[in-house]
Amino acid sequence: MRVVLRNPRRELDVAGPMTVAKLLGQLDLNRESVLVIRGDTLVPGDVVLEDADVVEIRPVISGGA
Amino acid sequence: MKCTVCRGPAVIDLRRHNANFCGEHLLKFCRDQVAKAIHDHKMIEPGEKVLVAVSGGKDSLALWDILVELGYQVEGMTIGLGIGEYSTHSTAMTVAFAEDRGLPLHHVDLREDYGYDVPTAARVTRRVPCSACGLSKRHLFDKTALDGGFDVVATGHNLDDEAAVLLGNTLHWQTEYLGRQLPVLPATDGFPRKVKPLVRLSERETAAYCVIRGIDYVVEECPMAEGNRHLRYKEALNLIEAGSPGSKHDFYFGFLARAADRFQPEAAEAKGALGACERCGAPTPDTLCAFCRLVERTAGHDPVPVELIRKPRSRGARAGAGSGKQ
Repeated sequence: MRVVLRNPRRELDVAGPMTVAKLLGQLDLNRESVLVIRGDTLVPGDVVLEDADVVEIRPVISGGA
Repeated sequence: MKCTVCRGPAVIDLRRHNANFCGEHLLKFCRDQVAKAIHDHKMIEPGEKVLVAVSGGKDSLALWDILVELGYQVEGMTIGLGIGEYSTHSTAMTVAFAEDRGLPLHHVDLREDYGYDVPTAARVTRRVPCSACGLSKRHLFDKTALDGGFDVVATGHNLDDEAAVLLGNTLHWQTEYLGRQLPVLPATDGFPRKVKPLVRLSERETAAYCVIRGIDYVVEECPMAEGNRHLRYKEALNLIEAGSPGSKHDFYFGFLARAADRFQPEAAEAKGALGACERCGAPTPDTLCAFCRLVERTAGHDPVPVELIRKPRSRGARAGAGSGKQ
């Protein structure tokens, strides 16, 4: 699957299938600090992501505005 | 994973509430939490005129949207801070949000209206950018609220912001700030009432609200805030939260229920007697208020590029400041 990360923006290819929770664990990301978006839809931790998916992992922590 | 309310497919799991929600019920959850915060802390009375401070980020846009949905009489205000492309993008997001919904928006630009911007102020005053930024925002939101006959200023501080500021103020025992770290600051001495209706929502929840509502917001981090202490406190708290869901809520609301009162005398003592700024009339213990002194020092200097301002080293989290909220 194609994984899009932000701040700074970069992309990774990760082999599926894999749950959202496992993907975040593999990338060492805290679930409290991000949202996972497939297409334009939020996906929770138990959803299985497939090789063909494009997912954005969007950070939610902000320190400035 | 199914929605706790309707058993339809869930889009988010909120472990601190032991709940999963579909899009519709996540929106309802967020609105209910804001309504509860407003009610519990007596933030806004029916019929009052609200000025919401808007940055273009997820929290302030979610707040504006929710207050409108809840039926409050709300106008937005945004400030052009002059932080390069980041500020240009933020203002564009805010203007687009307001125009799409036909909502009134007040706009002040530091460079156009006062002759300086945040990077230039940081360079001239030799202080961290967040200092000039917070000072400018507080003064200009207060001024616009008072001049425009608003009853209250609402800001997008969320549970993560408040817990992080509380952690910073506790680590350094900033007792004066602890005494002022409340979800409502009453109108006093020429200051409008200030409220934080998002204190019951985490920033993951406000971000999810925006995604589900289709609200386009600025995802990028402020280049002036990168690596600051406030962000490190948030990361630390999220590590604790991951192992013990609900910790941030318990930390902040436990403080409000069991400790905040103890620091009120120190906050009141530190405030001291205030007169009126001889230039703008704002409350101040000095002849000129801090904002007018900032303008006097920095106006007219050539703009300093964002890239030339080093990353800040925050000198401590302050109640209502340093969190970067508009």
